[in-house]
Amino acid sequence: MEHPYLFFVKLFEMMGLSHFAHANTHVIYTWVVMAILVILSLLAVKGLSMVPSKGQNVMELLVSGIEDFMISITGEEGRWLFPLAATIFLYIFTCNIVGLIPGFFPPTANLNTTMSCALVVVVFTHVIGIQYHGAKYIKHFLGPVWWMVPIIFPIEVIGHLARVLSLSFRLFGNMMGHELVLGILFMLAGAFFAPIPIMALGIFVALVQAFVFFLLSIMYFTSAMEHAH
Amino acid sequence: MEAEALKFFIACVTAAGFGIAIAAFGCGIGQGLGLKSAVEGIARNPESSGKVTVTMLIGLAMIESLCIYALVISLILIYATPMAGTVNKLLGAA
Repeated sequence: MEHPYLFFVKLFEMMGLSHFAHANTHVIYTWVVMAILVILSLLAVKGLSMVPSKGQNVMELLVSGIEDFMISITGEEGRWLFPLAATIFLYIFTCNIVGLIPGFFPPTANLNTTMSCALVVVVFTHVIGIQYHGAKYIKHFLGPVWWMVPIIFPIEVIGHLARVLSLSFRLFGNMMGHELVLGILFMLAGAFFAPIPIMALGIFVALVQAFVFFLLSIMYFTSAMEHAH
Repeated sequence: MEAEALKFFIACVTAAGFGIAIAAFGCGIGQGLGLKSAVEGIARNPESSGKVTVTMLIGLAMIESLCIYALVISLILIYATPMAGTVNKLLGAA
């Protein structure tokens, strides 16, 4: 598989850090995504006023839309989860979208990025459970009747470990598959603009995968906060 | 040793091709059934079109992720087989 031409990797090569750049492409592009998000947010809140200007209006629309959707799933008691959930959604969406710019690599096309997001979500689920229920959180894993515990408990534990795998592999597989299809089509028929329909599909897939990750995260948080059956 | 590695690699690549084909077959049927119910729901009650569409997209993404798991296994079989070093030398020299 040939290596595509990546701008920031070339920048690091010019600075002499070529080995670091090639081994850790996803880290460099994560820094790029962080810079983009921070700069856009700073620009939007520069002149905060009661009658919003254009940039502030867009950010308000985005933030209130995500918050209202989250409240419709978690209920009012889940409002404090909003910073983490919205960060997950905006970060993963921006990571996916920058992959469509020629010369950029989406950080989520590397398993390390997606696994880190999935681990944060699953560990935080357990932190919420212990914070809300204390030691009684174990009742979430024990099932409805006491004599089925030896069967239900391993199944629940495996189910929770499977959440990490499924969250990370879903996002990674979608993004890596998209990159592979683009690379192969480019190799086969690049002169005929063959990758263009795939890139249009890529915009849709980027939004849907970020949304699905966000939705599953808040559903896991909700199920940890509610009472066990 | 090289002949064994090549036979193993041929078996891996064949398995990868059939694996993703079978997964795509199942995924197509699953997503088609979900889509069928969503469209029937919208036809029956056009006002619910927004909610039904959002739920349908989430369901399609969940089903698609099963096919993605099979795709990841196929990619591992093609690009990261246990005999990857020997195979790379063979194909690089050929």
